[in-house]
Amino acid sequence: MNLFADAIAWLADPAHWQGAGGVPVRIGQHLLLTALALVVAAAIALPSGALLGRTRNGGAVIGAVAGSARALSTIGVLTLVGLWLGIGIGPPLVALIVLAVPSLLAGAYSGVQSVPDETTSAARAIGMSGAQVIWRVEVPLALPVIVGGARAAALQVVATATLAAYTANVGLGRYLFTGLKTQDYGQMLAGSILVILLALALELIFATLQRIAARHASPSLPSKRTPS
Amino acid sequence: MTWLSQNWPQVVSLVGEHLALSLPAIVLSVLVAVPLGRFAQRRPRVGGPLTSAAALLYAIPALPMLIIVPVLLGVPLRSSTNMIITLAVYGTALLVRSVVDGFRSVDPAVRESATAIGYSPLGMFWRVDLPLALPVILAGVRVVTVSTISLATIGALVGIGNLGSLLTDGFQRGITSEVIVGILVTAVLALALDGLLLLAGRILAPWRRART
Repeated sequence: MNLFADAIAWLADPAHWQGAGGVPVRIGQHLLLTALALVVAAAIALPSGALLGRTRNGGAVIGAVAGSARALSTIGVLTLVGLWLGIGIGPPLVALIVLAVPSLLAGAYSGVQSVPDETTSAARAIGMSGAQVIWRVEVPLALPVIVGGARAAALQVVATATLAAYTANVGLGRYLFTGLKTQDYGQMLAGSILVILLALALELIFATLQRIAARHASPSLPSKRTPS
Repeated sequence: MTWLSQNWPQVVSLVGEHLALSLPAIVLSVLVAVPLGRFAQRRPRVGGPLTSAAALLYAIPALPMLIIVPVLLGVPLRSSTNMIITLAVYGTALLVRSVVDGFRSVDPAVRESATAIGYSPLGMFWRVDLPLALPVILAGVRVVTVSTISLATIGALVGIGNLGSLLTDGFQRGITSEVIVGILVTAVLALALDGLLLLAGRILAPWRRART
């Protein structure tokens, strides 16, 4: 257990909280990388997933993409993009976007696809315009599933952003790899604890968002935990 | 592809190492998740928090998990045991949910009839609940299998040899084809095992074929 004491000592050292390689900067990089990858991936995946869900086209393809994405090794994608695009922040970002797209796409597709035709017809019948049907009916009803997809994507991205330190000098993963190389278990463990806390915080935020979305989509249901 | 033809003995032996890490982890996940999921389904008051805890566990990134597990359990960092336990933790966390769903999908009327014709609780589990829950559980095992195979590559980052070694070695030496081979062989291995499980499901639960 004295390894944990080492980790606590490492975290308590004020020198580790300052400068370009300090904990706040690393957390900032990690979050920025995660957020950027999610935003770009969402900009690609959500409209196309929703459009396909609306026309109910390509469900088999999206299922196959989401399924085989699971067979894709995340460090494989990172190292390959790293070799192709060179060093720097660009390659990990591209890799993270690639890894975030399948979950987001699948969420948007199945969310929109699950809105019954009668509901959208009824909305049109009471005089809603096309845009109103989308923004007032389809999006709110599909939102719990869309947020579920975003939750899976966020977990994937925050975890892979840790591995990104293997190919670029970025994020909290740097502590893990430096610790590994220099046999500094305290630093490794401290870095791990920070990453875990960050991931759990993100998971709790998305779980809460999903619950809010579910309550908004079906207010009549008693508030219960939505399955992840 | 020339890289593969020149290095295939190495790739084959890495596939062996990869399976030696992944298969025990998958089996371990099933052995832990089935009783756990059954318990969670029978006792929802404990089961609810249990499945939430499993979801949280699944949220922990793999590399930190590989570093924390040795500290908690006292196993060496660069050991197969560490990798197998880490993979099994994720497998279990992922599978418990499917097991709960599987047992929940068993029609209560079927269970009542089974009780009426005199099944003991144990007979009920083995001959009614488990076979009927099997298709849903098996779908979960397929997901766990595919993600375990691809996740195991992370081990190469801390020096646990497997197909991931092709990725780290290829990256460090700048051999793109080695990295591509690593990605492809891992994916093919995952999808092949997935196919085998699909086949096993058709044999073990043949009644499903008529319906779907």
